[in-house]
Amino acid sequence: MKSYWWKFLGAAIVFYTIIAGLLGEVPALPILHESIRNVYFHVPMWFAMLLMYLISVVYSIKYLGSGKPEDDFIAVESVNVGLIFCLFGLLSGMLWANITWGDPWPNDPKLNSSAIASLMYLAYVVLRNALDEEQKRGKISAIYNVFAFPIMIVLLFVLPRLTDSLHPGNGGNPGFSGYDMTGSMQWVFRPAALGWMLIGCWIMTLRYRIRKLEYHTDELGN
Amino acid sequence: MKKIFLLIIMSCFNFLVTFAQSNNGVEMATGLRSSGKIYVVVIVLLIIFLGFIIYLFTIDRRIGKLEKKEKSIR
Repeated sequence: MKSYWWKFLGAAIVFYTIIAGLLGEVPALPILHESIRNVYFHVPMWFAMLLMYLISVVYSIKYLGSGKPEDDFIAVESVNVGLIFCLFGLLSGMLWANITWGDPWPNDPKLNSSAIASLMYLAYVVLRNALDEEQKRGKISAIYNVFAFPIMIVLLFVLPRLTDSLHPGNGGNPGFSGYDMTGSMQWVFRPAALGWMLIGCWIMTLRYRIRKLEYHTDELGN
Repeated sequence: MKKIFLLIIMSCFNFLVTFAQSNNGVEMATGLRSSGKIYVVVIVLLIIFLGFIIYLFTIDRRIGKLEKKEKSIR
C-alpha cells in the first residue's frame, strides 16, 4: 500500500503500450486490418480480470481458515474490480466484433461462456448483499467463490477449445502466435497484460483500504 | 479441414487486392499515419490515461492520510 513503485511501473507500462500499440508495426491481416491493435487492450482486460478472481478465491479460502475480516475485504474487492475489467473486456470485444466481423455477439462459445461467468460473479455480489451478519456473509460467499472460480476457468478455457470458435487458440484456430508471424506484437502485448494487471491490483488495494478504514471507524463508533 | 479452408480464404483475399503494397496487399491505415493524425489519437489517449492515473494517485494519498490519522487515534 505504501510502496508506489509497482503502481507507477504499471502506469508506465500501459503508457508505453498505448504509444507502441498505436504506432508500432502490426501484421497486415485480412478482415482485421488495423483493428488487430485492439488485442493490446481487449485481451489485457481479461488477464486483469483473471488475476482479480484468482486473488479473490485465494483470500476467500484464507478467510474460511482465519475468519479475519481483512481477508474477506480483499476477496470482495477483488471480485468488484474483476467485474469492472470483465465489463470492459466484453464491451471492447463487442465493439471490435461489430466493426470487424459485423456482429457484436457472434454466438461464439467464448463470449457465451464469459457472459455466464460474469453472471456467476454478479450473483456473488447479490449473495453478499442478501446476508446481513458479517461472519455468515463472509463464509457463505467464500464457499460460493470456491465453486465459482473453477467453473469460470472451465467455461473460459476448456469449453471453447472443444467446439467451433472465432477466437485464436480455440475451436481449431491456431494460437495467437500463428497470426503474429514476425512476433512483433508480443513486445507490446505481454507488457500490456502485465501493466493492466498491476493497475487492477492498485485499484483493488485502494478499495480494500477504504473498506478497512470504514470497518475500523464503524468499530470505533460502536 | 478448418485450417485448409481458412488458408484458401486468405489466399483468395490476397488475389482480390490488386494494389501493390509491401504488406502483402492488405490495406492498412497508412493514410492516417502519413498525415500525422495518428499522433493526435495517441496523444489524446495518453492524456486521458494520465488523468486517470493522477486521479488514482490522489485517492491513494488521501487514503494514506486517513490511515495515518486512524493509526494515531488507535
